[in-house]
Amino acid sequence: MMDTANLTANPVYRRRLWIHRVGITLSFLAMAAGIFFLAWILLTLLVKGAGAIDWAIFSHTTPAPGSEGGGLMNAIVGSLLMVGVATAVSTPIGILAGIYLAEYGQESWLAQITRFVTDIMLSAPSIVIGLFVYAVYVARAQHFSGWAGSFAIALIALPVVVRTTDNMLNLVPPSLREAAFALGAPRWKVSTMVRLRAVRAGVVTGVLLAVARISGETAPLLFTALNNQFFSANMNAPMANLPVVIYQFAMSPYDNWRSLAWGGALLVTFSVLGLNILSRTLFNQKNQH
Amino acid sequence: MMTSPIDTAPKAQATPTIRISGLNFFYGGFQGLKNINLDIHDKQVTAFIGPSGCGKSTLLRTLNRMYDLYPGQRAEGSIVYGGRNILEPGQDVNMLRAKVGMVFQKPTPFPMSVYDNIAFGVRLYENLPKGEMDERVEWALRKGALWDEVKDKLGKSGLSLSGGQQQRLCIARGIAVKPEVLLLDEPTSALDPISTAKIEELISELKGDYTIAIVTHNMQQAARCSDYTAYMYLGELVEFGGTDRIFMNPAKKETQDYITGRFG
Repeated sequence: MMDTANLTANPVYRRRLWIHRVGITLSFLAMAAGIFFLAWILLTLLVKGAGAIDWAIFSHTTPAPGSEGGGLMNAIVGSLLMVGVATAVSTPIGILAGIYLAEYGQESWLAQITRFVTDIMLSAPSIVIGLFVYAVYVARAQHFSGWAGSFAIALIALPVVVRTTDNMLNLVPPSLREAAFALGAPRWKVSTMVRLRAVRAGVVTGVLLAVARISGETAPLLFTALNNQFFSANMNAPMANLPVVIYQFAMSPYDNWRSLAWGGALLVTFSVLGLNILSRTLFNQKNQH
Repeated sequence: MMTSPIDTAPKAQATPTIRISGLNFFYGGFQGLKNINLDIHDKQVTAFIGPSGCGKSTLLRTLNRMYDLYPGQRAEGSIVYGGRNILEPGQDVNMLRAKVGMVFQKPTPFPMSVYDNIAFGVRLYENLPKGEMDERVEWALRKGALWDEVKDKLGKSGLSLSGGQQQRLCIARGIAVKPEVLLLDEPTSALDPISTAKIEELISELKGDYTIAIVTHNMQQAARCSDYTAYMYLGELVEFGGTDRIFMNPAKKETQDYITGRFG
């Protein structure tokens, strides 16, 4: 029988111990590398951007070339409007499509194709989406607009919502679904009142992650909403937005523009970080049953 | 007199609630049930026993056409209930399931309050005013021997109850829609002994009002709470008869080997 009291002398156990130590060290290093760069980015943003965050950034519009001060009010409002419209459009469509895939996706070729196309859209470069909306909408309407921008980022959010809804619904144990059917409930009630309800926290998380994703998208807005130096809530006109303003201001020769770009980057990054933290806590809370 | 291995009427019985004849069941190309002939009697408990994979759950799932959810699964033959063959395409499965309720191996409370768990099924068929719905929920929970434990937390999530309470909630939920038949698919296999005892007690009480079919891996459970027992093996019905006779004096050697633990 093996001598359990003196495991350290056992060569098999010693070898296992070494493999364990090497594995732990490597995964710790990998984690440290990830955290290091994230911390570096956040710290740089804080150092360079914190100075630009004041009341003026929320109350003044983007400054004209050569003028002093200014803020990002028009860009913040524009971003909120376009992200809001895109979320309002992509959430219901995405959730319904996700339900369709999870409930009927095992049986029909249409669902198989939808899932495949969704996966392609999920990994499509966002600039391609921007060019697509430019070609089908902006080029025909002959002008850039907030609608076009919303359309483009809605197309980016949609597959995220579809996929998370589909994945979440598939986590529901089949027995729960059967139990609802066993009472004689029709399929749509089983899907919405039992299955979707069981994973609503996960679905909300998916929507929040989609919002986070489109909040920072620059390329698709460059071709669609473009930018607007003035305050405008007209969705049918070019519209200011944080990512494009950051992009343009960061490469400008004016100090106040560059400072505003840092401020804007700080706002976007911390909003996205906040959304991510919110979605995680929401998901964790709901899963503690 | 010789005891026939399949005796359909050990006790004097009127017409059976469910008459299964020539039933074959297929999972794609695999035949899960082979020529099953069996009567399930009114207001009696019929237990299905046999080793894993013998087809007892499959048989139970044909009685409410649960297999309909899965393309590729199909049943042939006849299951006559309420004067008609429920396997026929014209059968309204939702109406069938309202009359033939089912409780599963693992408790399946819906992600809603205790009250709504019960009311969910009722609302599918009846439009009751608040007061009557309250009464129905209380009635079902009392029938399910759960009322005293949950009467102060009807608004709490059904998921917050213990495993045994959740299972009784599921039984109460099934009863609330006033079915005639209850199908219990290993209802206690995920529960501790005390919860199991409560469920078994409940089954004996319920059989006064309902026809019950129960699948179980636990031979003592079949012996304790059923009136009829069916022993199945490899998709075939080996022996069926009164529980006392099956356990005391089985006609077939396979049955005897299984119930004495020499096999299975």
